[in-house]
Amino acid sequence: MENSPDSAPPLLEVRGISKSFGAVRALQEVDFTLGAGEIHALLGENGAGKSTLIKVVTGVFPRDAGVVRIGGEDIAPRSAKAAVAAGIATVYQEVNLLPNLSVAQNLFLDRQPMRLGIVREGEMRRRAKALLADFGLDIDVAAPLGSYSVAVQHVTAIARAVDLSARVLILDEPTASLDRHEVEILFGIMRQLAKRGIGIVFVSHFLDQVYEISDRITVLRNGRLVGERETASLPRLELIRMMLGRELAETTSERATASEHQARDVCASFEGYGKVGYVAPFNLELRHGEVVGLAGLLGSGRTETARLVFGAERADRGQARVEGAPVRLQSPRDGVRHGFGYCPEERKTDGIVAELTVRENIVLALQAKRGLHRPLSRRDQDEIARRYVKMLDIRPADPERPVGLLSGGNQQKVLLARWLATSPRLLVLDEPTRGIDVGAHAEIIRLIRELCDDGLSLLVISSELDEIVTYSDRVVVLRDRAHVEELAGEAIDVGNILAAIAADGAAVAHEAHA
Amino acid sequence: MRGLPPALITAIVLVAGFAACAVQFPNIASTRVVGNLLTDNAFLGIVATGMTFVIISGGIDLSVGSVIGFSTVFVALAIERWGMPPLVAFVAILVLSAAFGAAMGAVIHVFDLPPFIVTLAGMFLARGASFLLSTESVPITAPVYSTVSDFALRMPGGGRLTTIAIIMLAIVIGGALLLHLTRFGANVYALGGSRATASLMGVAVGKMTVKIYMLSSLLAGIAGIVFSFYTSAGYSLSAVGVELDTIAAVVIGGTLLTGGQGSVIGTFLGVLIQGLIQTYINFDGTLSSWWTKIATGILLFAFIALQQGLVALARRPATKSAGAAT
Ligand SMILES: Nc1ncnc2c1ncn2[C@@H]1O[C@H](COP(=O)(O)OP(=O)(O)OP(=O)(O)O)[C@@H](O)[C@H]1O
Ligand SMILES: [Mg+2]
Repeated sequence: MENSPDSAPPLLEVRGISKSFGAVRALQEVDFTLGAGEIHALLGENGAGKSTLIKVVTGVFPRDAGVVRIGGEDIAPRSAKAAVAAGIATVYQEVNLLPNLSVAQNLFLDRQPMRLGIVREGEMRRRAKALLADFGLDIDVAAPLGSYSVAVQHVTAIARAVDLSARVLILDEPTASLDRHEVEILFGIMRQLAKRGIGIVFVSHFLDQVYEISDRITVLRNGRLVGERETASLPRLELIRMMLGRELAETTSERATASEHQARDVCASFEGYGKVGYVAPFNLELRHGEVVGLAGLLGSGRTETARLVFGAERADRGQARVEGAPVRLQSPRDGVRHGFGYCPEERKTDGIVAELTVRENIVLALQAKRGLHRPLSRRDQDEIARRYVKMLDIRPADPERPVGLLSGGNQQKVLLARWLATSPRLLVLDEPTRGIDVGAHAEIIRLIRELCDDGLSLLVISSELDEIVTYSDRVVVLRDRAHVEELAGEAIDVGNILAAIAADGAAVAHEAHA
Repeated sequence: MRGLPPALITAIVLVAGFAACAVQFPNIASTRVVGNLLTDNAFLGIVATGMTFVIISGGIDLSVGSVIGFSTVFVALAIERWGMPPLVAFVAILVLSAAFGAAMGAVIHVFDLPPFIVTLAGMFLARGASFLLSTESVPITAPVYSTVSDFALRMPGGGRLTTIAIIMLAIVIGGALLLHLTRFGANVYALGGSRATASLMGVAVGKMTVKIYMLSSLLAGIAGIVFSFYTSAGYSLSAVGVELDTIAAVVIGGTLLTGGQGSVIGTFLGVLIQGLIQTYINFDGTLSSWWTKIATGILLFAFIALQQGLVALARRPATKSAGAAT
């Protein structure tokens, strides 16, 4: 693939980039080449250095060594703004938009249409609407961005970057919070852009997506370049070996038979439970040692169901029972008191305390549960932190590191550890594998099964239907904020779930456009 | 349903308060009283406009009271002792105060220091400097001062809209336009949302910080000039504690103390509410003027509680998720 002497210089050329954070060598002599019109996947485990490479190339972090060239010319952007000026538009891994501004202002911040020094608000909204329409989104662009779901925010961030019409578009895990339909729209747009000669860097842990969209793959491991290949000629197992540096143990999926879980005790049950304008009343039984999957499109009421079950949102009808006894779940505290745990989908806003260390984050919920007058001894804390760092393979394996300095996927694992440490009876996981690499992904799925065998009851939300099928004993399908179908045993497969989601074609089209 | 915008609530409180006062003292509802209220609070309205920008951007400026004090002394000395023509003195103090604000903004950005600390230092610095210039009150006798004081637009009903009230109204309107209609204004909100994110989105955070504190100090300088017109003197102890009245006006006006939300119009209404309380106390005649502070304190509490409520409401997820928005 090295350029023959007569060919034009590649669109983006990164040579010998190194970057250390103190003693952590996040990148060592990494090379990366992106051609015009190419969709190039940048892959690697959690903490491999993907996001760091992107931030170094776009000038968010200063680099220690190396060169970056665009069309053969050296560039050294010193801020995200300068990178955009040099022709690189980026959606960073953390959705980087401003929840207090309107959707339209977010899309056009610092580049609003102007007349005589005045922002043309009407024109800006019109363009914002048109831009989002390309992504199948029809929303009120004058409303604050923070009033919309993570997915809408993510689409907005992508739309903004695409509209910067740069020569290079970098997307760091853009699909993590999108559902299938939105991913397809995004891929359509990426293909169009590539056709126009724009080079696209795509980071993802979804290998299916990588194979679907990318032309070429570059793999990083522990901050070093492992290699660059043509996607078409790289078998999946070989790719995984490149990423992990070892073989992946196959996950076996074994499911309890229908009769088996009938016999189990009910851990928590919800009868006619719901809230007006939030989720239609539903019946749900969660048994010990059982995984219930919640499937459905974004906005179908999955997260809402989870919040009601945990007590993060107050139900206005129905009855909840824990181990058969009626209970009132009015606040997250009530949920915790009854032995529930909830791992939310928005880790940045709802969970992780970036300034605290890994250890402090892990013991947070356990400490809250015990109450402030019964502090955990430092020795216990260390022991708990060490156990979960090992169990979930959190890297770097240093419990005293501030969580904010971990890579995105490792932060997700810390959040999971926090709830596991409380030894809950019911654990609600909202998109537990989002942003987690293939190796850890398999680990987490294995862990979910193990926890079940210990009698834990799990309610898991996931957009990954394959994943849900792998670990669920029962699957509840939601549509338009109502529970529409429950599948159990042999009936659980991707096809049936899709059929249930799409049972009413009109509803799907409507959802997709909303 | 996102609830009433906070500034609207301030407006309702103002109208209700005004109506209540007018029932007890019918004379309050006259252009004469309103005119005086605007004149008495002109300097406050001007600094509060600048403070609104600072607070929305997620910062705070504690130096404004001292900058006003310094400006009055500087202007008085420049005109009376150093023989500068008044206009030159005005330009000089505006340049000085703008530079002072820019310097504070630069320090905040470059050394990544909390604005609270930097502007607290600025507060002592400016106050100290005005004592260095003069410890006594310096009366200003220049003819411009009497001309300006004598000039006023007559309002129906016998009220007078003085020059300084007009200046204040112009600055409030100008500030509102700048905040709500320009790119600069949008960036101010962006900074208040998150500095790091604004920077990743291409906002020149450093330049913005410098400009915002420059604006605040510049308006404090103008407020100082206005204050010198109001009192016809320069005194190093003038406007002590005004930074706190200013912050109170901004918060009562519905601006979030944590940044990211607010409006200049709300601030203006907040200034008027404080003025109204003062007027009521003057009319009553028996109440100590310290009741102004107590009433302001109570209002502050009420508004902060209200904002927390609104913020909590806005944070509630799924009020508008993808699926529901049609
Ligand atoms: N600001 C920082 N300070 C210190 N260390 C950091 C910082 N940012 C990242 N690191 C470290 O650099 C390494 C690479 O992190 P990076 O975020 O690039 O990983 P990644 O490949 O994007 O992983 P993921 O798939 O989880 O997002 C990690 O070990 C991380 O802990
Ligand atoms: Mg990353």
